[in-house]
Amino acid sequence: MSSTTAGIIFIVAMIAAIVAVHKPLGDYMHRVVTREKDRAVERWIYKLVGVKSDVEQTWGGYARSVLAFSAISIFFLYGFQRLQEHLPLSNDMVGVPAALAWNTSVSFTTNTNWQAYSGEAAMGHLVQMAGLAVQNFVSAAVGIAVAVVLVRGFARKLTDKLGNFWVDIVRISIWVLLPISIIAAAVLIIGGAVQNLDAGTASDTLNGAGQTITGGPVASQEVIKELGTNGGGFYNVNSAHPFENPTSWTNFIEIFLILCIPFSMPRLFGRLVGDKRQGLAIAAVMAVMAIISVGLIFGFENWADGTVPSAVSAAMEGKDVRFGIPNSATFGAITTLTSTGAVNSFHDSYTAMGGGMTMINMMLGEVAPGGVGAGLYGMLILAVMTVFIAGLMVGRTPEYLGKKIGAREMKLASLYFLTTPFLVLVGTATSMSFTENRESMQEAGPHGLSEMLYAFTSASNNNGSAFGGFNANTDWYNTALGLCMLFGRFLPIILVLALAGSLAKQRRIPASAGTLPTHKPLFVGMVVFTTLILVALTFLPVLALGPIAEALF
Amino acid sequence: MRLPNWISSHLAALRAILVFTVLLGLAYPLLMVAVGKIPGLSDKANGSLIERDGTVIGSSLIGQSFTDTDGDPLVRYFQSRPSAAGDGYDPLSTSASNLGPESIVDELPDPADPESGSASLLTDVCSRSLAVGELEGVDGSRPYCTPGGVGAVLGVFYSDGLTGDVTRVVSLNEDCATTPTPFTATFEGVAVECARFGEDYAEAILTPVRGDAPDDPAVPADAVTASASGLDPDISPAYAELQIPRIARERGTDEATVRSLVDEHTTGRFLGFMGEPAVNVLELNLALDETFGEK
Repeated sequence: MSSTTAGIIFIVAMIAAIVAVHKPLGDYMHRVVTREKDRAVERWIYKLVGVKSDVEQTWGGYARSVLAFSAISIFFLYGFQRLQEHLPLSNDMVGVPAALAWNTSVSFTTNTNWQAYSGEAAMGHLVQMAGLAVQNFVSAAVGIAVAVVLVRGFARKLTDKLGNFWVDIVRISIWVLLPISIIAAAVLIIGGAVQNLDAGTASDTLNGAGQTITGGPVASQEVIKELGTNGGGFYNVNSAHPFENPTSWTNFIEIFLILCIPFSMPRLFGRLVGDKRQGLAIAAVMAVMAIISVGLIFGFENWADGTVPSAVSAAMEGKDVRFGIPNSATFGAITTLTSTGAVNSFHDSYTAMGGGMTMINMMLGEVAPGGVGAGLYGMLILAVMTVFIAGLMVGRTPEYLGKKIGAREMKLASLYFLTTPFLVLVGTATSMSFTENRESMQEAGPHGLSEMLYAFTSASNNNGSAFGGFNANTDWYNTALGLCMLFGRFLPIILVLALAGSLAKQRRIPASAGTLPTHKPLFVGMVVFTTLILVALTFLPVLALGPIAEALF
Repeated sequence: MRLPNWISSHLAALRAILVFTVLLGLAYPLLMVAVGKIPGLSDKANGSLIERDGTVIGSSLIGQSFTDTDGDPLVRYFQSRPSAAGDGYDPLSTSASNLGPESIVDELPDPADPESGSASLLTDVCSRSLAVGELEGVDGSRPYCTPGGVGAVLGVFYSDGLTGDVTRVVSLNEDCATTPTPFTATFEGVAVECARFGEDYAEAILTPVRGDAPDDPAVPADAVTASASGLDPDISPAYAELQIPRIARERGTDEATVRSLVDEHTTGRFLGFMGEPAVNVLELNLALDETFGEK
């Protein structure tokens, strides 16, 4: 079988696996977030945390809880890193420098997992598992919780109550993320992922030069990193490291873990609004864009255009043999279509158009299928914008799921859409204006701009992957990218919660003959085109100077 | 006493973080460490270590350099791929090269400091191809490479910047200090110069020259490119096949015997479609030592 055929079967098998799992998993998550009674372990946790589980919050109260929880998370993680040399299991790692510790704690709290450090050189086992990996769970839970709140906004009427933040994140963490992680971590260990607390084993090597075989609680962190679409690797080379991703089949499982929750969220949405077809339509929009993107990156990497790939005869730089080019390209597409940012091959060495597509994936706003929760709320914002545009065409007040999309709703949705482009373009332009910041670019010409643009795109969209040649570990970039991650995460969340609040207050208007059906293929196509047009209008100029210029040269 | 709202929510947040840290940051990973102690899993959870004569010789998942202290290949062993992890295959500083597809112009060394300067990815690929070709006795030439093993890239100056007549041509990766005669004598009728450290070629248009090397070079792709992990334990079956004649010669045996060992250490695609066929180099070299002795 040719490598290309095998790669296509790999993608088809992945689609089949996701189609098989999205209904049961979506239904299961629906039960978790709607169950009336608290379980014993939940009551015990609420007692320890000191919150009442039966009190529902307004959108403002919910937002304050999200922000308080995230702020405390950032401080906690910052202190953890700074003090690591005084803690057990630090493997003789010293305290993390201030700017880097700030950047890293923001990065993990915002579900970005941008890494300006090298795991094996900077972080001890305790900080990895009890600091960074905890945020892998709870930042994912926050994303899912916010998406659920937006859906409640559509589903409820004439109320300002939108659920309880503490109940939502506790339930999502311990009943959705934890059980899947336990099973998947055991599976990865079977594949060869390491899971121990050793500082490392000295080995002699055949040539006598010696090598330290590193240890650590890797498997447990690897699974939640993918499942929670976080992406922060235990090691510098992330999911390319044989201890994180030992075989071709663990690679399949890791991609599956990335996709399973984001593609199940539309089912949860459909169940909550009481019309499964609405969820299916949203899932279809995600799937159409995802399949096109995976196909393009797959094609570009196999085509191997460009001077170095032509000299090599394949785009093999920065890819491991056991994955090969097709499965590496598939991973690269999926990790940027979601907010994961884990990598099993290095995007900086991709062909110009292949690397450019990974950037475009993020610029889509990571909605196809996007991060856990964040993908669904991003997509629902785009659906709202689509019904608005459609409403303008026929001169009707736009409505979606029985809710009127009025001036306030459109303002919130538009601000949501503008946040990340603003951060990306202003961040890149500002950095470009200072000579010392330009020195972080590894390469001259369009590729250098691509490296910087990638960094700001990745941070602002909470992805976390990088064009790794770019030196982001400077005070400027640690600070600026940290701010991009912070605003790129929490401004949209506040806007989404506010939108949920304003939708929940409305009554539900029954569908009439003039209502645009939002579960039909026509609507799916309209959302896809609206998304592509909005993104193209925003980013085409800068893309022309970066990856497109590089590809044409 | 009732605390103000904003204080109580931050207090709840702090307590929640502590609970989550105990549950998800300690109990969960430690449970998985315990799972990793189960017989049958423990070898894997500990890093798939390989012992020989009672000492740990490496991990079957982590690649190694089979080179001597000068970095020259140990000819009795199959060679791994190029690695960007530290000085090569260093698990304490894993890395890919992160060099882009148009990294084609070298930074020439300062004559005052011969250690300075850095090669472009293209030159890395060309020089590796040449070295592997020489070691294995095959043609190491590649498209866009000079016969001397650097990137064949001309900097072309035009009379009107981007257009007009060619006024000057420099072979950017051929340093006058080492390669005074460029790989091609003329370009569009203009004599090609070698490149000098410190001269400004920013105005020149980069023009890679394809040359007449075959599209499908004798040295396989994985032999001339650095891996993603820098610890790639595998090589492609094609690269293993290329090395078989040398190994047979050095080990005093016939190619068929070596080839059957290679086959034993080749993993096909999982279920026939996942990943790519791969040859585990460390396990293969250990098998060579076991079969033919260590020297």
